[in-house]
Amino acid sequence: MSSKNDPGAPKKPRNGFSRRGFIRGVGISTGALGSGLLETAAHAAPAGNLAGPGAVPVTLKINGKPHNLNIEPRVTLIDALRNRLDYTGAKKVCDRATCGACTVIMDGKVVYSCTVLAIEAQGKDIQTIEGISQNGKLHPVSVAFVNHDAQQCGYCTPGFVMATKGFLDKHPNPTLEEAEKGLGGNLCRCGTYVGMKKAVLEAAKEMKGGRNA
Amino acid sequence: MPEYSWPPMEKRRVLGKATKRLDGAMKSTGRAKYASDFTQKDLLFGALVTSPHAHARVTSVDTSDAEKVPGVTAVRVIASPGTELMWAGQEVASVAANTEEAAKDATRKVKVQYEVLPHLVREDDLSKAGARAKSAGEQVKGDPDKAFQEADATVEGRYGIPVITHCCLEPHGNVIEWKGDHINFYPSTQNVSGVGGDLSNSLKIPAANIHVNMQYIGGGFGSKFATDLWGLEAARLSKASGGRPVKLFLDRATELMIAGNRPSGFANIKVAGKKDGTITAWQSESWSTGGIGGGGSPPIPYVFDIPNQRKNHTAVATNCGGVRAWRAPNHQQACYLTNTALEDLAAKLNLDPLEVFDKNLGMTARAEVYRAQLKKGAELIDWQKLWHPRGQSSSGPVKRGLGLAISTWGGGGHNSQCRTNIHPDGTVEVELCSQDLGTGTRTVITMVAAETLGLPLGAITLKIGDSALPPSGPSGGSTTVGGVSSSTRKSTVNALDKLFEAVASSMGAPADQLEAVDGRIQVKGNSAKSLTWKAACQKLGVNKISEMGENNQRHPGGLNSSGVG
Repeated sequence: MSSKNDPGAPKKPRNGFSRRGFIRGVGISTGALGSGLLETAAHAAPAGNLAGPGAVPVTLKINGKPHNLNIEPRVTLIDALRNRLDYTGAKKVCDRATCGACTVIMDGKVVYSCTVLAIEAQGKDIQTIEGISQNGKLHPVSVAFVNHDAQQCGYCTPGFVMATKGFLDKHPNPTLEEAEKGLGGNLCRCGTYVGMKKAVLEAAKEMKGGRNA
Repeated sequence: MPEYSWPPMEKRRVLGKATKRLDGAMKSTGRAKYASDFTQKDLLFGALVTSPHAHARVTSVDTSDAEKVPGVTAVRVIASPGTELMWAGQEVASVAANTEEAAKDATRKVKVQYEVLPHLVREDDLSKAGARAKSAGEQVKGDPDKAFQEADATVEGRYGIPVITHCCLEPHGNVIEWKGDHINFYPSTQNVSGVGGDLSNSLKIPAANIHVNMQYIGGGFGSKFATDLWGLEAARLSKASGGRPVKLFLDRATELMIAGNRPSGFANIKVAGKKDGTITAWQSESWSTGGIGGGGSPPIPYVFDIPNQRKNHTAVATNCGGVRAWRAPNHQQACYLTNTALEDLAAKLNLDPLEVFDKNLGMTARAEVYRAQLKKGAELIDWQKLWHPRGQSSSGPVKRGLGLAISTWGGGGHNSQCRTNIHPDGTVEVELCSQDLGTGTRTVITMVAAETLGLPLGAITLKIGDSALPPSGPSGGSTTVGGVSSSTRKSTVNALDKLFEAVASSMGAPADQLEAVDGRIQVKGNSAKSLTWKAACQKLGVNKISEMGENNQRHPGGLNSSGVG
């Protein structure tokens, strides 16, 4: 599989899409990854709309379903998902945007939920691993991870699956090198990268043409 | 004694076949619940106050402001005034609160005064370690002086790797509920069977009143065997909060300071050899630290038992968190120190290190195994083509080269007990209190049971990770597959023999002439005389079969677990 077979695909991942490289370049200022989201986030900032320090009502739209919470503005999206709701697929590991275990998709963009405030995630479409397999049918990325044993302890896996889905949604025909770059923002300690690379390419094949996406 | 030996290779239907990880979909869909995923309405969050100083004495602790933080249910002092703290990150106080944010706020409100004391946190320069360095004494073998004198080449070097800290993705911690005289314990542990006893010893409550459950663990790698102080603290916080469950997981910064310190390994090494590549002499002054306790002693020279040696190891006590095992403890350090020095000797002799290693394999315990491995490795790496002598790489700052190393580890099988229940309706349960660290333990156990019983994998219900089940050893040192395979094999063979006894008369054949094949019980080699599994189990009437199997390291009789993994 190569990008030149697909005229619609960029030759390189967009902006040389490498989350780790991106973080190195600009410093960790936000959980939003990729310059596209940074611009959006800047425009969407609720200017002059101060909240807190006490609990405030926050509505999060998770996997299409609204959830009403009463939380302090400092609560991060990962803590809202895990501690206030029961979305425990995303894991809190480094809590500082370096490992990717907390990855979710927000308005189509892959983000580290440990560095997004829940209050900032209001009005956005938040997709978690719980939402991508529907009606008992596993998402092709989840299937590919099983097929290629792209997991051991599995604690990084939900983050990797979401990062893979987010990446493939935007880059349906990645080369192996592009996939490596695109998933550079996630870490596995068990060392399952070999299986993951195969899984990402298989999932790309399965997802192509919008099927199951 | 029943026949436990593994079926011959050509008869195996499940073992040796590629099998997908049985809990793979649970993990890749995020449905697997780890201890850190535990949620419950009345759950409290625990947090620790830790020492910012590497060495200090606590002079005062004031928790009054912390107790006033809204949502706080308990504040406990761990290090009372007068306590000497020996490393940064050492636990000083703990709090429990309704939310994680409140718990963190409260830790910041605990006022601790310290008298800062002199500390040592680095050991790479041994000359600065002073009284913190304790030498084990010189060990001499053969005649190293003569061997060095007669050598064709000698290399000397300083080698070393620093302390490396564990970084399991799931931090260390647990959820614990201490209600009255009972405890429900949900740890992230490599030892579900044993960790309750550890807790019982420390808290002085009957081990029988402690229930431990863990279905998934986000990595252990040798660092998660004990209850740890934070486990005990979480229990005490729960008790102090009326028995509400407390979740206490370390944050990443604390995790790096106190939850896993693989000892360093440094050495000044001198090694000598002959022109033909024969290694003749070894001399080393090595040192390492694993925190305040001193740390491990890497077994050098590693694998190669060089005939003439002089060596001494010094343990350095540093003001750092305690030592933790890390996959083949001490071996990586020894492997690195020895193999690197031997490669340097090969370079000095202008020889290909592959030849030097091969020439000296007689000094190892398994010369033929290593020879075969080196040959295979060289083939896969394309060593003959890609290896080049040092200094002959391309110009420019980036150099490429090939190196090699060999290693060893014990493995084997730990103690394990397994129970197999065959029910009259044909359902099968296999039960043992093992844990699956992500190494595929669930899958392996189920494969062994399916192989023995002649059933598909899906016909086996496996229960692990619960202290109410028969005990199975801790998962460390690559001993789990050896242990659980053996206990499962014995347990399933025993249960199957009982089923054979139950159906023998109706099948018109003695029990020892029956076999389980492809979901049927049949007369050996005669598929015409058979019963389906379900029909055979119905002959049990209303009583289930429940049979144990044990892998006991002291009495290994009946089954050798080697060759299973």
